[in-house]
Amino acid sequence: MSQSRSALYLRLEPFLLPVLNLGLALLVSGLIIFSIGENPLKALQVIFQGSFGSGEGLGYTLFYSTNYIFTGLAVAVAYHAGLFNIGCEGQAYVGGLGVSFVGLYLGGLPAWCVIILGILAGALFGAAWAYVPAWLQARKGSHIVITTIMFNFIGSALMTWLLVVVLIKPGQQAPESREFSNHAFLPSLKGLFSYAGINLGQSPLNLALLISLTAAVAIWFLLWRTRFGYQLRVAGTSPAAARYAGISPENFMLKAMLLSGALAGCLGLNELMGSQHRLTLDFPAGAGFIGIAVALMGRNNPIGICFSALLFGALVQGGGELAFEMPHISHALVIVIQGLVILFCGALDQLLKKPLRRIFTTTV
Amino acid sequence: MTLSYYTVIILLLAGTIRVATPLILSALAGLFSERSGVVALGLEGMMLGAAFGSAAASAIYGSAWLGLLVGVSVSVLIAAVLSFACVFKKGNQVVAAIALNITISGLAPTLALAWFNQGNQTPGLTNSAQRFLEITLPWAKVSRTHPFPGLIYSELISGHSVIVYLAALLVPLSAFILYKTRFGLRVRAVGENPHALDSAGISVNKIRTQAVLISGVLSGVAGTYLATAAGAGFIPDMTAGKGYLALAALIFGNWKPYRALGACLLFAFTDTVATRLQGVPLPLIGIIPVQFIIALPYLMTVILLAGFVARPEPPKAIGVPYEKEN
Repeated sequence: MSQSRSALYLRLEPFLLPVLNLGLALLVSGLIIFSIGENPLKALQVIFQGSFGSGEGLGYTLFYSTNYIFTGLAVAVAYHAGLFNIGCEGQAYVGGLGVSFVGLYLGGLPAWCVIILGILAGALFGAAWAYVPAWLQARKGSHIVITTIMFNFIGSALMTWLLVVVLIKPGQQAPESREFSNHAFLPSLKGLFSYAGINLGQSPLNLALLISLTAAVAIWFLLWRTRFGYQLRVAGTSPAAARYAGISPENFMLKAMLLSGALAGCLGLNELMGSQHRLTLDFPAGAGFIGIAVALMGRNNPIGICFSALLFGALVQGGGELAFEMPHISHALVIVIQGLVILFCGALDQLLKKPLRRIFTTTV
Repeated sequence: MTLSYYTVIILLLAGTIRVATPLILSALAGLFSERSGVVALGLEGMMLGAAFGSAAASAIYGSAWLGLLVGVSVSVLIAAVLSFACVFKKGNQVVAAIALNITISGLAPTLALAWFNQGNQTPGLTNSAQRFLEITLPWAKVSRTHPFPGLIYSELISGHSVIVYLAALLVPLSAFILYKTRFGLRVRAVGENPHALDSAGISVNKIRTQAVLISGVLSGVAGTYLATAAGAGFIPDMTAGKGYLALAALIFGNWKPYRALGACLLFAFTDTVATRLQGVPLPLIGIIPVQFIIALPYLMTVILLAGFVARPEPPKAIGVPYEKEN
């Protein structure tokens, strides 16, 4: 009896632990809301209502989720190769430059062609920005966490310079590029959702959602159903074993980081081609860092990542509504919840794991 | 009015000292943490927490010293959470630090809005008792009348906040603690080879926790400087990556106190010159984009880390949670 119970627990653990850890993060967030003098349950209700309660809210939720699917997948791919990519923010930003080049200078081509080129350019620029830290880690042994952070700052400075000096629309104060050619506007999903009777309102939900979901399926297939994915995971889990089996962990580090940077670089599809239709200052707005939370919460599994991206999309959308409804609560509260989710799901994942295993299993 | 080159250089150096102070304090904080084997990515969050705590306390109680006390306490509290997660729960150090940085970057403006209702910031510190203002040392005014060498005294040595002098004292003190005391030896040993220390009957967890808490104290002073000396109150993201820059300086200084000091001064100097040279064309080069100078410290650190200049020597056990062998 106890054995079947422990087997059942171990099977449920991958689903149970993230939910419990999320619960802890929400509990602490609730305490913060309570200490500010607002009702945490009412806040939760406002968040839920704001993110799923209307067609427009849902559209925004899914729009933000799209960003986080891309960056969450990016963090996860690097993770499976044994690397922690904190540089998604910079890779997404520089990837947006590639997307913008296509939107600004190749807009004369047919729309389908512009979109495919946009994907390729975003991926290429993102991958290029990830390549240097990856190369330094693989060949020179410089720690990738440090170098990717440095590259976030360097990327941010580079993009600011490009926007302020080179790409800025002439005769304009705000550092923005001119508008893309309308061939580079990703089609809205309003039509698709109206079939289901949902009115997306003003929300910018666009084709990038479907591209990100396709990417999630592709990454799942690549990691768990191909030889390449198997080798990548072996190289990440046990470099020594990989080397013994004739796999070069360094090569897979490089490949994984290129793939990771490419995924992060696709953020520009959703934000720029899908919504803003121009290159803007600091458009990733922290999505690269939210990707860390999304990947940790989704246990680095593409399906899990889609769900946790939905959760974070809802938090960001609903959090905006919350700040609007409860004037004592800042927009920044959402950032607190993100941070707490990373803390409980990522750094304190042993907090509940050991006691629960002790309760539910006979052997630890 | 045209200033002589001499005056310009003195003023640039004085600016360098002001910009370098939080970096130096933060780099020293990182020094203790990293040398004990705990990654110091949490500097940014601790500094930001202290900046908020000190500004809030100073705004409420009207005393900069109380601000310092609260700022340091907040930072130490964050350090305690960090060491609970990393040292005791063996959590991933990078993830824990990033998580806390993100949490604090949201929590500080959230509490600022809830407590003071002036946007996401604390009220401005207008009263002189609420800030660590610049101190004019004796005879500084007199020495100005003889610019050479009087300006060196009046601008470089005199005329800084008390925290600047504190930072200057803390560099040799930290070096002394790290290299000349038993505690310092243990900190360095636990960062290189925790097993050796464990087998000598010394608690690895205890030493690492102490090192991280010291890191909290120093980060707290750095954050207080930002909010109550360099600035006049808390504004969101006021650390603006200084914690990461300090870590870069520490790495640039090869995890050694005086070299890290040198790196902080170098980074601060480039920053000060950049501010001064904005839009000024230089002979042969033309106008240097300010963004290039902002990126320069990070570029230099990456090049140094790549081992093109010298071989970096990080603590061997850095980032690895210590599991006791049974």
